[in-house]
Amino acid sequence: MSKIICSAAIRGAQKIYDRSEGLYKEALAKYGPEQEIGFPNTAYYLPIIYAMTGIPVAKLSDCGKVFDLCKKLIPPPVRETTPLPYLAPTLDAGMATFFVEEIAEAIGYLTHPDRYANAEDPTAGNIWLGAASDLIFRKRGVEFVDGTAPGFAAIVGAAPDAQTAAKIALELQEKNLYVFMCGENGGKRFAEQLVEAGVQVGWSTRLVPFGPDIHQAVFAIGFACRVAMAFGGIKPGDFRKNLIYNKDRTYAFVMALGDVTDEWYANAAGAINWGFPTIADTPIPQVLPTGICTYEHVVSNIPHSHITEKAVEVRGLKVQVAKVPIPVSYGPAFEGERVRGEDIYLEMGGGKTVAVEWTTSKRMEEVEDGHVEVIGPDVKDVSPGTRLHFAMVAEVAGRAFQEDFEPILERQNHHLINQAQGIMHIGQRDIAWLRISKQAVEKGFTLADIGKIVHAKYHQDFGAIFDKVQVKIYTDEAKVKEVLEQARASYNHRDARVENMTDETTDTFYSCTLCQSFAPNHVCVIAPERTGLCGAYNWLDCKASNEINPEGPNQPIQKGEVLDARYGQFKGANDFVFKASRQKVENVSFYSLMIDPMTTCGCCECIAAVLPIANGIMTVDRDYTGMTPCGMKFTTLAGSVGGGSQSPGFLGHSKYNVTQKKFLAGDGGLLRMVWMPKRLKEELGERLAKRAAELGVPDLIDKIADETVATTEEEVIAYCTEKGHPAITMEPIM
Amino acid sequence: MAECFHTKLITTSDRAKIEGAQHMEFHPETGLDTAKKILKMAIENFPNRRHNVAIPQYSQDGVVGFSHETINYLLGGLFRASYKPLNDNIINGRIRGVAGVVGCNNARTPHDQGHLEMVKELLRNDVIVLSTGCSAMACGKAGLLTPEAAKTYAGSGLAEVCETVGIPPVLHMGACVDNSRILIAATAMVKEGGLGDDISDLPAAGAAPEWMSEKALAIGQYFVASGVYTVFGTTWPTFGSEALTKHLFEEHEELYKGMWAFEQDPIKAASLMIAHIDKKRKALGLEKARERVLFDMAMRRALA
Repeated sequence: MSKIICSAAIRGAQKIYDRSEGLYKEALAKYGPEQEIGFPNTAYYLPIIYAMTGIPVAKLSDCGKVFDLCKKLIPPPVRETTPLPYLAPTLDAGMATFFVEEIAEAIGYLTHPDRYANAEDPTAGNIWLGAASDLIFRKRGVEFVDGTAPGFAAIVGAAPDAQTAAKIALELQEKNLYVFMCGENGGKRFAEQLVEAGVQVGWSTRLVPFGPDIHQAVFAIGFACRVAMAFGGIKPGDFRKNLIYNKDRTYAFVMALGDVTDEWYANAAGAINWGFPTIADTPIPQVLPTGICTYEHVVSNIPHSHITEKAVEVRGLKVQVAKVPIPVSYGPAFEGERVRGEDIYLEMGGGKTVAVEWTTSKRMEEVEDGHVEVIGPDVKDVSPGTRLHFAMVAEVAGRAFQEDFEPILERQNHHLINQAQGIMHIGQRDIAWLRISKQAVEKGFTLADIGKIVHAKYHQDFGAIFDKVQVKIYTDEAKVKEVLEQARASYNHRDARVENMTDETTDTFYSCTLCQSFAPNHVCVIAPERTGLCGAYNWLDCKASNEINPEGPNQPIQKGEVLDARYGQFKGANDFVFKASRQKVENVSFYSLMIDPMTTCGCCECIAAVLPIANGIMTVDRDYTGMTPCGMKFTTLAGSVGGGSQSPGFLGHSKYNVTQKKFLAGDGGLLRMVWMPKRLKEELGERLAKRAAELGVPDLIDKIADETVATTEEEVIAYCTEKGHPAITMEPIM
Repeated sequence: MAECFHTKLITTSDRAKIEGAQHMEFHPETGLDTAKKILKMAIENFPNRRHNVAIPQYSQDGVVGFSHETINYLLGGLFRASYKPLNDNIINGRIRGVAGVVGCNNARTPHDQGHLEMVKELLRNDVIVLSTGCSAMACGKAGLLTPEAAKTYAGSGLAEVCETVGIPPVLHMGACVDNSRILIAATAMVKEGGLGDDISDLPAAGAAPEWMSEKALAIGQYFVASGVYTVFGTTWPTFGSEALTKHLFEEHEELYKGMWAFEQDPIKAASLMIAHIDKKRKALGLEKARERVLFDMAMRRALA
């Protein structure tokens, strides 16, 4: 670091230490040492302190030893002449800065519980969201793991004006990055500037207003620490692994907009420990020699027009930006944005009108690639606030194209269309729902652009499995109904075919190592009757993915000799997993959570756990934040099974998997299920009832306890005994 | 000589007693107490100081004490300590290489001149200097052990790295018996990666421009046998035998990958060292600029 930066950072660290210590002493006097403190809904305590030191700060008195540690970490000021070496002490002081800021924020939650909106998106009176709960963290962390978000930009301060802020935010969104915002410059704040410019902020649009001061930078760093612990399997206290994991895998950087204060320097110095460099718009000293970060550490005086591009280059990130020829911005960051009330220009589907999407194959000569046709009224023909019927038929042709790939392409429509700025898309098949905003129409968006998105993105993402695609969009009611009939016949045909595929009749399974960018030891093996635990990949998806990219994360595995039919152990799968898990996992059962269960990266939709005394199994989905009968919430469960480690008695799985025939077949199958959240029961409703009937217990759903009747194992036993649940009389599970 | 002044001479090892000296046996477990006793003796001896003591008026600050562990810490702090920043900046060319300049002063040459001329030439060429013993004292007196010296004497690349870490361009690693620390540092550089698989692969060289004691030869042989190209100045004792000289100066390279060299002129000696460093840089493929690598998700998955 340069001497100027180090001197300032060390001064800043001391100031922040003094402030936090003051708050701590006040709180101690007011609430006493036994007072509980922490961030809301997290199993990671104060995540930076927990990740770096292993100290679980849960009470005010726990802070004492953290302050003692910080006292040792913050050095005396840098001498003017013949200074002692300052880089290392500055990095240590930066670390201490985060520790004491986390404590100050925890005390803030105690003294001012309403300071933040504590939600995924801003509330009416409050744009500041505060620390991400584990629910938000897991949901968003998945995007870091699967690559849809390569990292985040921590923006500190404010742009000179709202328009510049909006432009920078848009550029970062287009690079798929999350934007975490805190700090103020000259009375202005970046997040407030975005709101002023009419930009929707919140986790849904990846523009996250953490807090109004520099101190809330800890929420960004704490997020990174949790990614390493939850998905990388890195133990709390293993600071070195956590920091290097983030340097190598989380592509984050600090963007400092405005006058850099001592406190900003202290935070920026701390971030360097994680390999997160600082890019500034002011002429502060630069630190170009490499070593702690991948490339430069501080790059300064960058004009706003180039700052995003420069930041991405300094961090060493390659982003493939999808070019789609439509008049609005396009990318995953726009997926979560909603179009509501006043903003709606045109709405289709959603129960009020028909909206159906169907991807089907044609012969090569029947398809003109890139042809998009709108049959019926388009946006220019209707007035704002109109509803139309909608049918979109994507006709695909190609030598390598197979009928099995039709649903795979079709299922992409939701993500693909939803990624356009100002367009909202929900659902699929004949329950699709689209809203087109006035802002999008103002920029020139028409229905034909939906077809252009589908054409461009099918080619970009799936070009290897087909040659040509044309899109027909109908808004004429009679035509729409005609398509609806054809599409429904096709859906039924497809469903029947997938239902009939079994693991026994299939010789090739597929691996999925997509998540190894963040969970290096985790390997999924996907069979027809065991879909991916994330819910995003079934056997057919993997097959298609392998055809698209033969060297990619989905590799065919010859299942080979059946080693154990009951638990579902296959020689080919075991050999593959041993190698691909880097020798961490030797055997994997497809149908058991008791014997060699399959590992999870941490992005599983549900976690099943054995309830030994109830002689049954419970499962809980990610969205259920309450306590479960096994004594752990979802997030605690995920903390103990994630990161690619094998924990008998626990299993990550998808929601869909619950109703598949082989679900936990080795342990007794669905009949072992004694508890699940009510909402999950409802979500799986029809399929669950069907599967239960097949098993000869048509009223199984009513016999499975939920949180309305049981939150402890004892209550589960009482309920199941009363209802005559089949698990009670099954052979002992342990 | 001690008798000419008022100085008390103390020996601490039973294998190295001197006639007329006072013996105070040193044991590691009682080291601090022994040191305190010796210090107390020195203080009590102060009133015996007589007129013929000359203490220079001149004083110079310096930052010293760079052991292997300290360097490791200074390059990344408590949480990210490693040699990576050193290796990285050698690889990217800001630092050309590493030189160990050590050894005695010699009554046959102007005091310190050989050390200082060689060290300044190395610094000017972006070679960071690790120093011990008398050589380090020479650098200290000349102000080379201050962080500010980087701006005055070092090339722009080395100066930038010194400014970043806050270190002098010459690192004082201890007494001349601490030369093993230099080789420990060299081993740590090899282990960190990116600079070959052996000490002999490193862009590094050693020198003792004003050597005089037999001990210097023994230490020099230790460097050479570890794979370091080592240049001595002043005089060379084997020129009487062509065969032995050839063995040390040439055949040693095949045996140990390190070899001896002799050059009286400190600037020319520095050039020999720089030429050797450049040869090693070339062998490592570092002579050309590296492209910046940008990472995508597939590359991240491939990380071990």
